[in-house]
Amino acid sequence: MLASILASGLAVGAIYALIGITYNTMFATSRVMSFTAGQLGMLGGVFGSLFILQFQLPVLPGLALTLLAAAAIGVVTEFVAVRPVLKSLDQHLYVLSTLALALMIQQVTAIEWSTEPRPFPRLLELTTAHGPWDQKYWLPVVACAVTILGLEYLYKRTLVGRAFVAVAEDNFAARALGLPERNLRVASYALAGAIGALAGFSGGQLLLAFFANGPLLNFYGFIPVALGGLGNNRGAVIGGLALGLFQQAANFTVGGIFSSVAVFTLFIIILLAAPQGLFGAAPQRRV
Amino acid sequence: MDSAKPATVFEPPLTPRAGLLPRAVLPFLGILALALLLPFSGNDYWALIATRAAIYWILIAGLNLVVGFAGQLAIGYVALLTLGAYTASVLASGTVTPEVPAFLALAAAAGIGAVFGLVVGLPALRLRTFYFAMTTLGFATIVTQVALAWQDVTGGGIGITGPAMPPPFDTAWSFFYLCLGLAAVVTWMTGNIARSRFGRGLIALRDAEVAAEASGISKPALLVSTFLFAGACAGFAGGLFAGLQTYITPDAFTFELSLLFFIAVLIGGRGSILGPMLGTILLTLLPEIAAPLAAWSTFLYAFLLLVIVLAMPGGIASLLDFAGRRPLPAHRAILPRAAALEALLPARPEAAPLNLAGIELRFGGVRAIDGVDLEVRPGQVHGLIGPNGSGKTTTLNVICGYYEPQQGRMALGAAPLPAGMPQKRAGLGIARTFQTPRIIGEATVLQNVMVGGSIQGSSSFFATLLALPRPRAEEKTIEAQARLALAAVGLEGLAEARADRLQHSELRFVEIARALMLRPAFLLLDEPAAGLSAEEIRRLGALIQAVARQGTGVLLVEHHADLIFDICDHVTVLNLGRVLASGTPADIRSHKEVVSAYLGA
Repeated sequence: MLASILASGLAVGAIYALIGITYNTMFATSRVMSFTAGQLGMLGGVFGSLFILQFQLPVLPGLALTLLAAAAIGVVTEFVAVRPVLKSLDQHLYVLSTLALALMIQQVTAIEWSTEPRPFPRLLELTTAHGPWDQKYWLPVVACAVTILGLEYLYKRTLVGRAFVAVAEDNFAARALGLPERNLRVASYALAGAIGALAGFSGGQLLLAFFANGPLLNFYGFIPVALGGLGNNRGAVIGGLALGLFQQAANFTVGGIFSSVAVFTLFIIILLAAPQGLFGAAPQRRV
Repeated sequence: MDSAKPATVFEPPLTPRAGLLPRAVLPFLGILALALLLPFSGNDYWALIATRAAIYWILIAGLNLVVGFAGQLAIGYVALLTLGAYTASVLASGTVTPEVPAFLALAAAAGIGAVFGLVVGLPALRLRTFYFAMTTLGFATIVTQVALAWQDVTGGGIGITGPAMPPPFDTAWSFFYLCLGLAAVVTWMTGNIARSRFGRGLIALRDAEVAAEASGISKPALLVSTFLFAGACAGFAGGLFAGLQTYITPDAFTFELSLLFFIAVLIGGRGSILGPMLGTILLTLLPEIAAPLAAWSTFLYAFLLLVIVLAMPGGIASLLDFAGRRPLPAHRAILPRAAALEALLPARPEAAPLNLAGIELRFGGVRAIDGVDLEVRPGQVHGLIGPNGSGKTTTLNVICGYYEPQQGRMALGAAPLPAGMPQKRAGLGIARTFQTPRIIGEATVLQNVMVGGSIQGSSSFFATLLALPRPRAEEKTIEAQARLALAAVGLEGLAEARADRLQHSELRFVEIARALMLRPAFLLLDEPAAGLSAEEIRRLGALIQAVARQGTGVLLVEHHADLIFDICDHVTVLNLGRVLASGTPADIRSHKEVVSAYLGA
């Protein structure tokens, strides 16, 4: 049982962590927490199933198309739900606009795709391992590791990545330096779309292609962000893996419903005790 | 709206009194009359729809205080409806407990709703907006899952019968009348709250939290009462909902309902009651009218939400706000009236000074204040000047409790003034204004000023809910004083105007009026002359001196050297967080270091 808990815990933990990184990537350039993060994860599964099972594409082009389509949805998010409300960030209208867009995405998926979970293809044919070493468990972990390493490389080694960091650090100063702040923001939403879809794609064999995964991923992907502190990707990974392990341990020992209650209760308690997250920064000046 | 009269004799401004019925009540009576006529349609299907709308409104009326007034994005209120529905059904069916009469079961549902309303709401005291929205969503998911899993009590997926109403409420139309009556009562209650210091306090917390604190409004106490009330409404509505459905399963409580509740408030407009009521009716009818679109209803709601957020953030209420669009007089002047000030601030007997000794405040490695001593005497104007970043505003913030210094003592006379707790300052007679005016743009000028009188009310939330005589009397007193305060600063002609339509200079005077509502022993002004014309600065100076003459100690942070030297009795100069010089204006003017560091040669 321990092996199953570890395998599935790390797998869902990695998915949650990736959704957390999706939140963070959007937050970094816009200071907006977007409800679309979980929907992007959901779409990763749906697009993957659509391209590979329905359209019979090979895995790699299917993955590429999935990421592209989700990146496009990320860009749409920026244009429709984020840009118009950025000038009044303090009114928190983005909570409503991104929630509205997320619900629209979810409803369109439910109607155009299916309201029932549909199968997701087995991605790799070469491995036949089962049990804890099944590909459905380690694929999300690999995806998460690749994403984190890729982001570290992007932010530390490339000019575009440094520009991202500059915008995230101080929007106004970055603009004053002549950085194309708006384009960088659009790019970060595209990137977030791809990362979110990667979460759903790599975890497709666990979560299936199901429209209702959106809100669940939204919530469970938000917990690592809340625990790790806004904008902190490493915190999100640690928080995500911890959440996945805790949730699966509770799942195996006390059963599904009570594990959700346990996760929720623990989440509220930790948040109330440390509203800035466990690795978060101090609150801002108010007066 | 004529404010350009000489201020020789002061006549108390007249309160506009409505006739027997205030005009604001008329639309509600119209809706009620239409609803009462519905049974004559003879169509029982309408009974179902109308009852549903009434039940939804009972929940939304409470939620409106949370979302529309307090600005808390509580999205998952369907959870409380579910809890109320199951509580009432389980109690009335007698499967777990002895059978309980239907109305008692409804009361119990309201009780459970109140308790969980508080539980769901409490995180709002600590968490930021998005976090709070997320926790309410999470709670909604959990409740449905528990309802499914806890089969012994809830019947799981099979469900449970709802409470059967005793005669005479056992027919479709009589049940409708019952729900309509209850909806009317709840509307009246939320109206009472909205028009009281509680309603203003909620809006102040939403739009100008710092100013609300400075006015002595306690966020926890206010939000706790509001969450309890909204939860009780939701639980009660849940009980009625179960009665209407006659049979409930977890499927009946979709997230779509949560969305309907939430969006009804936003379509209606924040801080309004009529708007959300119309929103409720509209959203309840929408799926009936657009039956072929039933599958798309969530999409429709979400689309509506997006349109409202992007295109008309004010909602229906702002469309209906004809008075708010009336043009304000173009050539208007701020003419403070000394007589009104004297009526508002009775001369106070010689009081104790406000003392700061050795205050030190560090932010990380930065010493924002590095050992400041200051004494503000009652009845004097004390100027605090210095270059940008010298610690003037920070000193005000320390006095007002927003920052806790690492070192030093503060005292009011002999009594020590504890650091922190900004919401306790109002009770100690310390009032302030802000560098950027902290104003509720969507409220009228009068309401903004009345926020300053919040701590004068002592009646409870519950008494206000029922419009008992004492809260009503208190309201009248606060309103009369607010009109006096507006006259004192010279803005009584703009009392009914929406605050966001005022000019910047006028907002500065509104803030002073709000601060004067506390009849403060000490008034702290943070750059009140910034952005004012020369003539306005002259009037401001006269006003400040008049306030001091009544015995109030004024601490004035300012960059306009002329104003400082004209009206101050004492001036303290800060530089790099330290006192560079302190003395009479004449001393300061000739102080070498001050001249070279700040005033310029």
